[in-house]
Amino acid sequence: MAHDASQPQQRLARVGKATTEKPAARWALIAISLLFLLLMLFLPLTAVFVEAFRKGLFAFIEALGDPETFSAIRLTLIVAGIAVPLNLVFGIAAAWAIAKFEFKGKAFLTTLIDLPFSVSPVISGLVFVLLFGSHSVLGPFLQSYGIKILFAVPGLVLATVFVTFPFVARELIPLMQEQGTADEEAALSLGASGWQTFWYVTLPNIKWGLLYGVLLCNARAMGEFGAVSVVSGHIRGQTNTMPLQVEILYNEYNFVAAFAVATLLALLALVTLVLKTLLEMRYSAEIAASRRH
Amino acid sequence: MEVRVEKLRKEFERFPALHHVSLDIRSGELIALLGPSGSGKTTLLRLISGLEAPTEGKIFFGEQDASYKSVQERNIGFVFQHYALFRHMTVLENVSFGLKIRPAKRRPAAAEIKKRALELLELVQLSGLEKRYPAQLSGGQRQRVALARAMAVEPNVLLLDEPFGALDAQVRKDLRKWLREIHDQTGHTTVFVTHDQEEALELADRIVVMSQGRIEQVGTPDEVYDNPNSPFVFGFIGQSNCLKVRISNHEVWFEDRPIGVPAPGEREGEALLYFRPHDIQILDGCGGCMAGVVASSRRVAGTRHVEVDVGSGHNPVEIELPPEKAAGIDRSRIAFRPTKWKIFRP
Repeated sequence: MAHDASQPQQRLARVGKATTEKPAARWALIAISLLFLLLMLFLPLTAVFVEAFRKGLFAFIEALGDPETFSAIRLTLIVAGIAVPLNLVFGIAAAWAIAKFEFKGKAFLTTLIDLPFSVSPVISGLVFVLLFGSHSVLGPFLQSYGIKILFAVPGLVLATVFVTFPFVARELIPLMQEQGTADEEAALSLGASGWQTFWYVTLPNIKWGLLYGVLLCNARAMGEFGAVSVVSGHIRGQTNTMPLQVEILYNEYNFVAAFAVATLLALLALVTLVLKTLLEMRYSAEIAASRRH
Repeated sequence: MEVRVEKLRKEFERFPALHHVSLDIRSGELIALLGPSGSGKTTLLRLISGLEAPTEGKIFFGEQDASYKSVQERNIGFVFQHYALFRHMTVLENVSFGLKIRPAKRRPAAAEIKKRALELLELVQLSGLEKRYPAQLSGGQRQRVALARAMAVEPNVLLLDEPFGALDAQVRKDLRKWLREIHDQTGHTTVFVTHDQEEALELADRIVVMSQGRIEQVGTPDEVYDNPNSPFVFGFIGQSNCLKVRISNHEVWFEDRPIGVPAPGEREGEALLYFRPHDIQILDGCGGCMAGVVASSRRVAGTRHVEVDVGSGHNPVEIELPPEKAAGIDRSRIAFRPTKWKIFRP
């Protein structure tokens, strides 16, 4: 009897969940992914660190202490420090408009926000050369007032803003659309002004998504090469950002210095990744909580 | 506070949602806006609140024209179907929000705000939960927090948009009773939207029945139930039967015979006869009655609902019988006559 009763259960266990693959297929898929990650991501990253420390820690520190390299690090921080806050404000404004209002041209605006993703960064840089170059209308006009855009910090900032502006907006639009307008309406009905509603209700609701967007935006702003390269002019110690400095050092066969700067960028990437993972853990819990209604 | 709505019209992108609606809401009454979805009841509520602006028409709060006042200036309390609690704030913070954000000269002291919020939480029977977050509460508890939050600003009028719509049946019933008690205690003028006629009948002082952007009837639950003024109201509120009949010789004729229902003063010709399943009388012999074959019967709470086939071309008639009378009558012939009815012209 006991034997008979146990049989159907055994069969059930063997059938298992419909979406579960056979062990062989499962292991094959996992192995392929791991191998791919190892070859394409982990090895290059390790190589960067190995090359940077090839001549020892002292050479590494010396390379980073170089005035031109130091200037590149400073410039990158300045550019990101201006571009990221600008895109933060723009991203919130655009996401707010798209998620909470109905207006003509909404679909067009949504598509426009994605433009920098689909345009080659080189083109993004060239756009500003065409706008502000010496053969353009704006360039000489601004020049006559002593304002230099190209081959100077403003040009770098403009190119970076252009390339990185989708990040915050893209992160917030779906989040705000899902949250709807009921919370805002509740705040308004309780007497809150528009600004109070934004500050006490909307912003806390989107804070994790916003932070996530800013993080991605910052990583890209610091790492951007193509667009920045076109508008920079590569003036040593003045208009070279970190990625540009890496290229120059590498072209001069100064491998240790090139890879030393590269480690900083790689570290930035790793820190971003860790923060992003932490945020995702936190943020998904929040999203889940809001969906538990 | 009294609220008066005058010839209010609202269009959404050329699509009319409300046609010249006028309504007087008395101070301190609990009034229900009842109708199927798309009847304009929520639109009317949102227009009163100021969350939407009317295309045409006026809204008065007391003697004051509030038509062009913003939602903040109207000082209303709004309760949403899905609560719309601020999820990053505790229950206490939610309830005190409306007072905390006031400009300094109208804002009570912090201690006073807290005291008032705690009193309201006691009123809605949530004392002890003030430190919880909305995610840690059940649906019914959340809606009670939402009500406390709306009442904290001492609103001119409380507006509730399907307040029990997202809750399950038992909680709905409890909250309904509880809302009535709260209303009797506080006396706020309250307007609530519902598509549930039972809820409206049980809870409201007066019911506004709406359909397709118009008000069909306004009256007490008894008035709209016992004396519906249109086929729509008759059909929408409570159970009802509708039969195609003919008026002839001051009597109602069904098919080829009179059914014992007098119609004095009614014009001759085609008509629709409405009656409720429980407003009938079973007859033994048939000298002027309706008759048919019992098609099916089912038990609903204390009575049995019997479906009677009265002939091809007519919808089956539903009547209610006490269970003992309905035993074993399936497929048998049954004779009956409405005791209360209304005649409408098609």
